[in-house]
Amino acid sequence: EIGCRVQFTEYIQKNVALYQFRNGIPLTTAAAANFTRGELATALRKNPYQVNVLMAGYDKEIGPSLYYIDYIATLHKVDRGAFGYGSYFCLAMMDRHYHSGMTVEEAIDLVDKCILEIRSRLVVAPPNFVIKIVDKDGAREYAWRESVKPDATA
Amino acid sequence: MARYDRAITVFSPDGHLFQVEYALEAVRKGNAAVGVRGTDTVVLGVEKKSAAKLQDSRLSVRKIVNLDNHIALACAGLKADARVLINRARIECQSHRLTVEDPVTVEYITRYIAGLQQKYTQSGGVRPFGLSTLIIGFDPYTGVPSLYQTDPSGTFSAWKANATGRNSNSIREFLEKNYKETSGQETIKLAIRALLEVVESGGKNIEVAVMTKDQGLRQLEESEIDGIVAEIEAEKAAAEAAKKGPARDA
Repeated sequence: EIGCRVQFTEYIQKNVALYQFRNGIPLTTAAAANFTRGELATALRKNPYQVNVLMAGYDKEIGPSLYYIDYIATLHKVDRGAFGYGSYFCLAMMDRHYHSGMTVEEAIDLVDKCILEIRSRLVVAPPNFVIKIVDKDGAREYAWRESVKPDATA
Repeated sequence: MARYDRAITVFSPDGHLFQVEYALEAVRKGNAAVGVRGTDTVVLGVEKKSAAKLQDSRLSVRKIVNLDNHIALACAGLKADARVLINRARIECQSHRLTVEDPVTVEYITRYIAGLQQKYTQSGGVRPFGLSTLIIGFDPYTGVPSLYQTDPSGTFSAWKANATGRNSNSIREFLEKNYKETSGQETIKLAIRALLEVVESGGKNIEVAVMTKDQGLRQLEESEIDGIVAEIEAEKAAAEAAKKGPARDA
């Protein structure tokens, strides 16, 4: 849900920042993922957030990690994950082509394969995609895959 | 008179709130803290009590703290009270970012902290916070540096340079005599010179932090402080020699 997504993720963002100021060190990815799951779990039987989260982070000693957190507060550490209508297609592609120790180029290539699948298989495929990378230098936008450019006159 | 200092909510006949005044006494006994505002830099310095032999000073809490990326705080007085205020201020900084999608201005967070301190002068069964704070920061959009001070009564004001805690009057006098618009390293030197008026010289007795618009808060290493103190002492010695020199010739 769009409203839940913005509210919830911003709330998590600010609490992660607060932790850093209070304690002088940033939250580890695992800790942030567990905190997020905890918030979802607490709200679940009162006022559930309809938000699915894939949380990616980089820790100095551990390296990169990815967490799958769904709207009923499932938490799982994964190598690859997907949410949404196109998830089955993506997961199938990743099962076929993923191997551990892939380079950035190989990973982007796999992402592009997934995007191609979504575009060709899904009736309600979204037109545009953004690819972001998380590594020792932080999180940043890497590329866009646009099939419909934003309207200049709109 | 003594009857009017029991509960905080009671005025004395001559219009004093004794608990607030006693809180100000507590501040006057606390370690000295000084703040100096430059054109592009704001500096905070605090007196550091020498650590006991067995105390692990690497892990001990620093006295100058970040409230947000662009705001820092130092205080004089009851350090335990400080932890509570600092925690509430940090939460408010993030809460403000969440609700209005903007970082706080220095004035806003000063007003918030002062408001908290005031609340505790007008409630039953509580005592005021026994500390005065020096708050520095840069306005998130205009980039203008600021220095504010709050005290246990809940008043706050903006300053070009100020001191609080032990011997703050002497430091303030020194600042009034020697303040001029400075930037960068000069601002740091002025702050350390002011603090050296009342503190034994040496990096292990002073803690200094510098805030700039682009780099946020930077705590100075002991060696760096020692270096600047040495510079200051050399300048002082040169000034003394210059004063004596011509007199001897004449």
